[in-house]
Amino acid sequence: MKQFLTRNMAKIGPLIGLIVIMVILGVLSDNFFTLSNIFNLLRQVSVNALIAFGMTFVILTAGIDLSVGSLLALGSALTAGLLTSGMDPLLAVFIGLLIGLALGAINGIIITKGKVAPFIATLATMTIFRGVTLVYTDGKPITGLSDSFTFEMIGKGYVFGIPFPVILMLIIFVILFFILRNTVFGRQVYAVGGNEEASTLSGIKADRVKIWVYSLTGMLSVLAGIIITSRLNSAQPTAGSMYELDAIAAVVIGGTSLAGGRGRIVGTLIGALIIGVIDNGLNLLNVSSFYQQIVKGGVILLAVMLDRRSK
Amino acid sequence: MGKITPFIEMTNIDKSFSGNQVLKQVHFAVEHGEIHALMGENGAGKSTLVKVLTGIHQKDAGVVKVNGKETTFTNPKEAEEKGIIVIHQELNIIPHLTVSQNMFLGKELTYGKTGIMNMVAMKKQTIESLKRLGVTNIHPDETAGNLSVGKQQMIEIARALATNAELIVMDEPTAALTDREIESLFKVVDSLKKQGVSIIYISHRMEEIFKICDRITILRDGQYIGTENIADTSFEAIVKMMVGRELGQRFPERQHQIGEVIFEVENLERKGLFKNISFDVKEGEVLGVAGLMGAGRSEVMEVIFGFHRKDSGTIKLNGENVSIKHPRDAVKMGIGFITEDRKAKGLVLEASIRENIALTNLKTVSNNGVISNSKENKMVMDLIERLQVRATGGEQDVKSLSGGNQQKVVIAKWLGIEPKVLILDEPTRGVDIGAKKEIYTIMNELTKNGVGIIMVSSELPEVLGVSDRIMVMHEGEITAFLNRDEANQENVMTAATGGSKS
Repeated sequence: MKQFLTRNMAKIGPLIGLIVIMVILGVLSDNFFTLSNIFNLLRQVSVNALIAFGMTFVILTAGIDLSVGSLLALGSALTAGLLTSGMDPLLAVFIGLLIGLALGAINGIIITKGKVAPFIATLATMTIFRGVTLVYTDGKPITGLSDSFTFEMIGKGYVFGIPFPVILMLIIFVILFFILRNTVFGRQVYAVGGNEEASTLSGIKADRVKIWVYSLTGMLSVLAGIIITSRLNSAQPTAGSMYELDAIAAVVIGGTSLAGGRGRIVGTLIGALIIGVIDNGLNLLNVSSFYQQIVKGGVILLAVMLDRRSK
Repeated sequence: MGKITPFIEMTNIDKSFSGNQVLKQVHFAVEHGEIHALMGENGAGKSTLVKVLTGIHQKDAGVVKVNGKETTFTNPKEAEEKGIIVIHQELNIIPHLTVSQNMFLGKELTYGKTGIMNMVAMKKQTIESLKRLGVTNIHPDETAGNLSVGKQQMIEIARALATNAELIVMDEPTAALTDREIESLFKVVDSLKKQGVSIIYISHRMEEIFKICDRITILRDGQYIGTENIADTSFEAIVKMMVGRELGQRFPERQHQIGEVIFEVENLERKGLFKNISFDVKEGEVLGVAGLMGAGRSEVMEVIFGFHRKDSGTIKLNGENVSIKHPRDAVKMGIGFITEDRKAKGLVLEASIRENIALTNLKTVSNNGVISNSKENKMVMDLIERLQVRATGGEQDVKSLSGGNQQKVVIAKWLGIEPKVLILDEPTRGVDIGAKKEIYTIMNELTKNGVGIIMVSSELPEVLGVSDRIMVMHEGEITAFLNRDEANQENVMTAATGGSKS
C-alpha cells in the first residue's frame, strides 16, 4: 500500500489535495456543502476548466498560450455582434466557435511556420486580440443580445437541476479525455511534446499537431466566452483578462509538466476544481479578495513542490 | 620492498542499490603512469566502480587505497583534491564562456581577496596548461561552444592537469571525435603517461584499447573477471571474458541473395553540405557508407528521408521517381531511418517502450484514428521478443534501458513498418559487444528477406565486416565505391581523407 502510494503520488496527489481542502472548508463553513453552493461553484469552474483543457494540450506539446483571455474576449464580442445583427443564435454560436478555431490556428501558424517561441507569439497575439476587441467594441460592452431560449440556456440553463455549463464542461472533458488517451492524435500530442525531432523523424507532422492544439484551445476559449456572454447577456471588451493565469495554474496543479510530454487531463480538471474551491470557500468565509490571491499563489507553489518531491 | 605500491588499489568492493547488487567483490588497481582499460558490457558495473572510487557512491564493503593508504571519499571534490578527475562523455564545458573562463570555472584567480578576477593571469595559465598537452591552436579568448568537440575535450584535460591530476578517468573519450582528433588525443594521453599521470580508459572500441592501453580489467555482471596485460592477450580472449562465452565470429555469417535495384539517388545536392551524390541499393544488399565525421553522410541521409530539404536531385524507389518532402512520406513508402543520435532524434526518452515502438506504427495499430490497445500490445510484444529487448515489459521507460537495448527499441519501431529500405546511421555506437552482434544478426535477417540496407558507420571494422559494397564520402562528395572483396582499411581511409577518386 505504501509503495503504491509513493509510486502514484503524482497521480493522486492533486485529488487528495482537493479532498483535504473541501473537508476543511466544509468544517469551517456550513454553507459550503449545500447543493446550491456546489452547483454555483461548478458553474464558475466550468469556464476556467474549458480553457484549461485546451491549455493542457498546448502544454503537453511543450508550448504555452497566453492569448486565451484576449481570444475569449474577441470571440465573444464577434459572436455578440452576430447576435445583435439578428442571426440565429445557434448559427452565431457555431460561427463564434469557428472564429475561435481560426484565431487559435493563427497562434499555431505563427509558432510553427513563423518559428516564434510560443511564449512570445502568444504574448504578442494576447495584446493584438485585446486591441482588436477594443477597436471592434469601441471599448463598450455589447448588450441586448438575444432573448432566445437557446442562447440563454448556454450560460443560465439547467438540465435535470444541473447547470448547463457544467454539463457542457463534463461532456467536453469526456471527449478530450478519450482523444488524449485513445486516439492517434492524442498520442502524437504527447510524442511531439516529449521529443519533437524524434517524432518528426518517425513520420509525425509535428507542425500540424501543434496548429491543431492551438486551434482547439482557441475554440474552447471562445466557448468559455460564450458561456460568460450568455450569462451576462452582454459581451465585455475586458472579459477574460488574466484568465490565462488560472488556466495555466490548473494545468500545473494537475501535474502536467511544463516541459511537455507528460501529464493528464484528469489532473487539469482537479486543478481547476482546486482553484474554484479555494475561490469559493474563501468567499464564503468572507476572506478579502486581497488575501485570496496570496492563498491561491501559495497553493500553486505547494502543488508544484509536492509534485517535484514525488519524482 | 620489491613491489611498488599502485596509485589506486580497490579490493573486494561490494555495492548494492535497493537490494540489487551491482558490484560483487570487485578488484581494481591502477599503477602510476599506467593506461588501464576498464571494459565490460553495458550494465557490467564500470561506471558504478568509477563512482565508488570518486566518492559519488559509497561502497557497502571493501577497501580503497590511494598510494597505499586506506581512503574513503565522500564526494568527488575530495577525490579531486587527491588528484583523481573524471572526464565524462558529456563534456562539462559551458558553451558561451571563453576557453579560459571554462578552465578556471569555480576556481577563478583573483587579485587577493577582492573578488576581482585576474584575467591576465588566467589567460597566461590557460596557454601554459594547453601547451603542456602540446596544444597550441586554441586561443584562451575563444568561445568554447565554437570549438570542435575534440578541442573542448582538450580544455577539460588541461583543466584536470591544472589541478595536478594524478589519475584521469576517461569515459568513452573518442565517441564524438573525428579520426584526426582521436590521433591527437592519443598523443596527449601518451605524453600524460610519460609525465607519470595514470589513466582509466573506458571504451567499447577494442582497436583503441589495443593501441594505447597497458593493462585491461574486465567486469561482467558486477563481478571481477580478470586483469590482463594488453601485450599478452587477444581480441577473442577479451570478448570471451566480457560475454562469458565464445561469441563466435565478430560479424555473423551472411546468407542472402542480392536482387534488383530498389532504391536510387541521383545527383542529390544540398548547397554547402554535399553535392553529386548518386548511388543505388539493391534488394538484400548492405551498402556501407564510410567517411570521416563531418563528411556529410548523416546530412545526406536526413535529406533523403525528408527531414531537410534538398536543393536538387532525384530519388527513385523501385525505378519510379518519388517525392519525399517530410519523413512521413518516406515512412509511407517503406523507408526506415535509424538515426545517429538515438537520445535526441530516435527516442522519446520519457515515454515507455510501447509508446516509442508505436510511434512509427500509429496507423497500423489504430482503427479510424482510435488506437486499438490489443493491436498495439501485440505488435509491441512481438517486436520486443523478436529483437530480444531486455526489459521488464512494454511499459518500462526507455530512459532506464542500457544503450544496446535502447538501440533495439529504435530498430523495433522501424521493423514495425516492414521497411523495404532501411537507413542505419551509426547503428552500434555506444552499444556493447554482445548487443552489437545481435544488431548485425537482425540486419542479416532483414537482408535475407530482401530489405535494402544503407549503413553509415565511422567504425572501419564494422563497415568492412558488414557491407556488401562500400561508398566512401569526403567533404560532401563521394570519393569511392568499393566491393566487399576489394575493400580494406587502407583504401577506405585513403578515399575518406580525399586521397584518390576511383
